[in-house]
Amino acid sequence: MTNELRLVEAIRQALDEELARDDSVVVYGEDVGVNGGVFRATRELAETYPDRVYDTPVAEAGIVGMGVGLAAYGLKPVAEIQFASFAYQAFHQIQQHAARMRARTRGTLNCQLTIRMPYGGGIRALELHSESFEAGWAHVPGLKVAVPSNPADGKGLLAASIRDPDPVVFLEPTRLYRATRESVPEGDHVVPLGEAAVVAEGEDATAVAWGGMVPETLDAVDDLDASVEVVDLRTVSPMDTEAVLDSVRKTGRCVVVHEAPRTGGFAAEILARINDDALYHLEAPVERVTGYDVPFPLFAREDAYRPDADRIRRGIERALSA
Amino acid sequence: MVREQVAEFSIQYVQALDEDGDLDESEAPDLDEETLREMYRLMKLSRRVDERAVALQRRGELGTYAPGIGQEAAQIGSALALAEGGWMVPSFREGGAYLARGTPVHRLLWYALGMEEGAEVSGGNFPPSIPVGSQPLHAAGVGWGQEMTGAAEATLSYFGDGATSQGDVYEAMNMAGVFDSHVVFLCQNNQYAISTPRGVQTRAETLAQKAVAAGIEGIQVDGNDVLGVHAVVRHALESARGGDPVLVEALTYRRSMHTTSDDPTVYRTEEEEAEWAARDPIDRFERYLLGEDVLDEAEIDAVENRIEEELADEIERARAGREGVDPAEMFDHVFAEIPPALREQRAEFERGRTGQYDRERTEGSERDE
Repeated sequence: MTNELRLVEAIRQALDEELARDDSVVVYGEDVGVNGGVFRATRELAETYPDRVYDTPVAEAGIVGMGVGLAAYGLKPVAEIQFASFAYQAFHQIQQHAARMRARTRGTLNCQLTIRMPYGGGIRALELHSESFEAGWAHVPGLKVAVPSNPADGKGLLAASIRDPDPVVFLEPTRLYRATRESVPEGDHVVPLGEAAVVAEGEDATAVAWGGMVPETLDAVDDLDASVEVVDLRTVSPMDTEAVLDSVRKTGRCVVVHEAPRTGGFAAEILARINDDALYHLEAPVERVTGYDVPFPLFAREDAYRPDADRIRRGIERALSA
Repeated sequence: MVREQVAEFSIQYVQALDEDGDLDESEAPDLDEETLREMYRLMKLSRRVDERAVALQRRGELGTYAPGIGQEAAQIGSALALAEGGWMVPSFREGGAYLARGTPVHRLLWYALGMEEGAEVSGGNFPPSIPVGSQPLHAAGVGWGQEMTGAAEATLSYFGDGATSQGDVYEAMNMAGVFDSHVVFLCQNNQYAISTPRGVQTRAETLAQKAVAAGIEGIQVDGNDVLGVHAVVRHALESARGGDPVLVEALTYRRSMHTTSDDPTVYRTEEEEAEWAARDPIDRFERYLLGEDVLDEAEIDAVENRIEEELADEIERARAGREGVDPAEMFDHVFAEIPPALREQRAEFERGRTGQYDRERTEGSERDE
C-alpha cells in the first residue's frame, strides 16, 4: 500500500510512526510543538504525544547538547535545527561531543541522536537560511549524513536515522518539501543508511547528485540525446562508494552535482574515490556542477547561484564531448 | 510614568566547618563516623594521585595532566552526595569526583597516558570533557531524561569559573529550568581559568547569581569545607530530583597548576598561594576529625600507608595496560558498525603495520582495455 505524499508529509509520517513504535523517541526543537514546525513537519505530533514532543528555547547548542545527554540516558532524541545554516551555533556540540561520544568512551556510551535540519536554497528565504554544508558534516568522523530527495526516501531514511545507534545529521531539502506528491509506502518503511539509489538507468555517462539537486539532475537528463545514469547518493556519509564506481565503470564518464560551494565540496571527495579505484575506466575528466564559492546570495540572485537543469546539462555535455 | 521594583534576589553563602576545623552543627550534614573516615580517605587519595601523576608527568611517563589539588572538598563532598543511580557529568579536573564514584586510579592514569581505555565509563559517569563549558548541557539533558521518565534520580554537573563565561552554561541552566531537569550545576570557582583571574571573568559579584537569569536557585558554599559542600549539594540534589535545578558555586582554590603545561608563578603571588594554603580542605577536615576523635595519628598513618600501597599497585596496572594498546582499535569505535570506507582505511593501516604499505589498488590499477 502506498500514499501520495509530499516530502514534508512523509517526514511527518516517519516521526509519527517512530514515536508510536518506540516509547524512547523524543522529538523537540524550536517551534516543533504547538506550531508544528515552521515547515509543519511536526504538525499535531505534540497533541498525539504530549510527553514526547517539545518546544524548546531558541538555542541551537542547547538543543544538541541536551540531545547528547538524553541519548546517553537511553532515550532516542530527534532534534530539529530550524534551518541548517544555524547549526553552526551547535557545531561544537555536534563535532566535539555527539560525533565523538562512542569513540572517546570506546563504545561504553553512544549518542543515538538524529538532528533534522532543513537545508538548501530555492525557497526565497532570508539571508543565512539556504546553505548546504553536507561536506562539512561528512568531514566530521563519527557522524552520518542523510539527505533524501523524494518523499519515500524522506520517510525511509528518517526511520533508519532514528533507529541508527550513531548520531545522524538529517538534511531536508526545503525546496522539495512541497514540490511534488509521490508514492510513499504505508507502515514500516526503512531505507538503509549508506545505500545509494540508481534513479535513472543509462549507458553514456553517470550523474551523481543528492537532495535538492536530484530533481534538477533528472530534469537535465530528460532533455539530453544521451543515456545518462543518475545516482542519488541518499547518504553522503557513509557514502555508497561502490554504487558510484559501478556506474562509472559502466559509463566511463561522470558529473557530480551539488548545491554547496565548489571548493572542498563533497564532489571533490567523490572525484578522489573515482581516482582511487576507477580512474582507468574514465573516458573523460570528471565534471563538477556546483554552487559558487560565494556566500549564498539573497534571493534575487539565488537562481543564478543554484545549479539548474541547464547548467547540469552543460556539465554532462562537457563530460560527453571530452 | 511608573517605576517600581519587579524582581529582587539574594545569594546565600554556607559554611559548616570553619578554617580552624570548628563545626557549625546547624549547617552540618548528618554523617556517621564511617562515612567521615571514607570522605577523609578519598580526599587524601585524590591528593596523592595528583601528586604522583604530576611527578610521573615530569618523568615523561604521563601526558598533560590537570591536578585538582586544593579542590578535594568540593569534589569529594559533592560526589559522595550523589546517590548510586545518579549521573555525574564532569569537566577535566574531576579526578577526586571519579574516585568518590568508585573509578579505579589506573583508569585516571590511562586517560593521562593518552588511552581511550581511561574514558570507558560505567555506572552513570560521563567521560572527562575537554572543551570548556559544553558539558553542563549534557547533564541538563540527562536530567531532562530523568524528569521525562519519572526517575527519582539526579545528575551532577561539574565546571569551573571560566566556563560560566560560555554561552552553553547559560543555555544549560536556562533549558534545565524550562524542562524541570534533575540537574545540579556545580561550579568549582577555583579563582583562575588558566591565568585569567575570576575578576576578569565577569563583573558579576557572584557566579551563583548566574542562576537568577535562568530562573533557578543559586547558592554559594565554602568549597574547601567538605561538610558544607556535602550538605549543600545533597540538598540541591534533593531539589533537582523534584524538578528544580540548582546552581552551586563552591568557592575554592586550585593550589597547583592548571595543567602540567602551565606555570602559575607567572600570574599568581606567593602571598595569595600561602593565604589559600592556610585554608587547605584536607588540613581543615583532619583537624576536625582529630578533635572529634574520629581519627587519631596512628589511624592517619595507616590510611596513608594503605594509599601508598594502592597507588603502587595501580601505577603498575596503568603501565601494564599501556603495553596492551593496539593502535588499530582507533577504527573500531567510531560507529556501531564500521562503514566500508573506514574498513578499507583499517585494512590500509594493517598493511602498513605488516610492511605491505604500497597501496593495493583493486582493478582500477590496471587499464582493462
